[in-house]
Amino acid sequence: MTEDMSQYPLRLEGDNIPMVRFQNVRKSYGALTVLDDLNLDVDAGEMVTIIGPSGSGKTTVLRMLMTLETINGGVIYVDGEPLTHMEKGGVLVPANPAHIRRIRSKIGMCFQHFNLFPHMTALQNCMEGPVQVLGLPRKEAEERSMELLQMVGMADKRDQHPSRLSGGQQQRVAIARALAMRPKVMLFDEVTSALDPEVIGEVTNVIRKLVDAHNLTMLMVTHQMGFAKDISDRVCFFFNGAIEEQAAPSDLFENPQRERTQQFLNAVLESN
Amino acid sequence: MEWRWDWTWEILPRFIDATGKTLMAAGGGYAIAVVLGLVLVLAQRTPYRIVTMCVREVVEFIRSTPLLLQVFFVFYVGPQFGINLSPWTSGLIAIGVHYAAYLSEVYRGGIESVPKGQWEAAKAINMPVTQTYRRIIIPQALPPAISGMGNYLVGIFKDTPMLSVIGVAELMHTANAVGALNYRYLEPYTMVGVIFLAISLPTAFLITQFEKWVRRKMGMK
Repeated sequence: MTEDMSQYPLRLEGDNIPMVRFQNVRKSYGALTVLDDLNLDVDAGEMVTIIGPSGSGKTTVLRMLMTLETINGGVIYVDGEPLTHMEKGGVLVPANPAHIRRIRSKIGMCFQHFNLFPHMTALQNCMEGPVQVLGLPRKEAEERSMELLQMVGMADKRDQHPSRLSGGQQQRVAIARALAMRPKVMLFDEVTSALDPEVIGEVTNVIRKLVDAHNLTMLMVTHQMGFAKDISDRVCFFFNGAIEEQAAPSDLFENPQRERTQQFLNAVLESN
Repeated sequence: MEWRWDWTWEILPRFIDATGKTLMAAGGGYAIAVVLGLVLVLAQRTPYRIVTMCVREVVEFIRSTPLLLQVFFVFYVGPQFGINLSPWTSGLIAIGVHYAAYLSEVYRGGIESVPKGQWEAAKAINMPVTQTYRRIIIPQALPPAISGMGNYLVGIFKDTPMLSVIGVAELMHTANAVGALNYRYLEPYTMVGVIFLAISLPTAFLITQFEKWVRRKMGMK
């Protein structure tokens, strides 16, 4: 990487630092550029929704933040500290695994296909991280997990394995599992896309609760335009690996400024 | 020539004794194979390309040469390099390493059958790689690997006669000795066949049951 790293601050300082900052982030697979010079700030407690056609790079944004993908340029900051880099001799260098793990502990994620651990019950899924990763006593981890299973309405299914649960139920357990790690930032990657229409509501209701109750920072990729409009503080429309337009949901959905945004919204609304 | 029951009963105790030795050889070799096979497959999945390639070549080499040759090599070539091992030790090492190479392939299939999403979910709860293997990947890789592992358990048992050529007193060795002493081979060899059958068939059955039990226990189909 021949990038001049001195342009990036070692850490973000000030009163109003964003919870998440993407600064000049680039991502490519070989010759294919997925994200080109992404700059995006997400404030603490903010709910930002990412929409856009498939292949526009929206899921990649979340995957880079969860460190499931490496980046090819730029820096990602979480809670003021660089995630992808660390300070060495006054400049930022690529982070080592220990640093990544420390920063990554602030981030949780839910996936399109739930990815619950199939050999564990709902409760064991939630307890796995607190017990094995955080080193919490089993009793405390169980209390914490049961509280969350209660919140997502899955307490009565605590001893069921994922194969016995419906998609909507699995996704709710997955949300509880992520929250059990007490993240500051939650990522939702098309969490309703693999669900039958009649159970989408049970998952979106849980996310609604989170928006109301917790002081969580959330980033969500979704195709549910109505839901996005309802609960987001801000909506970003991605096109061709860049943010084409971003605004408050009422503005973006009712009065899109860019032609591509209009075309996309028209196409989506027609198909509904 | 007819079957002589009185002689059969007379030589039976020697065969019971040899059955114990055969089971020990198979069990000992398998124990080595189960552990070493795991080492071989994990070594092939490290990020260090040089390690990965070397181990890959070793596994290929072992799988592509006959077990009998490997047994001879350990027992007869070893001493020329100052490594003197008893027939038992040589036999266990040769058969254990040979089957470790096969088991590593079974493990690899099992590990690769675990969806990528499981790795990502483990990362999302900030789990380190070694813990992810231990808690998430290997438990899921096991059920699909059981039938393959079972096949090789029966396989290693059936290959123990190879150790007779370096003087391990297992079933085949005993049958040869008894036969040569009395110039009668019908009863000794038949008994060896019956004993192998009597152990292999129930083992194979138990393995299928075990696989079903494990899957049920883990809440998988």
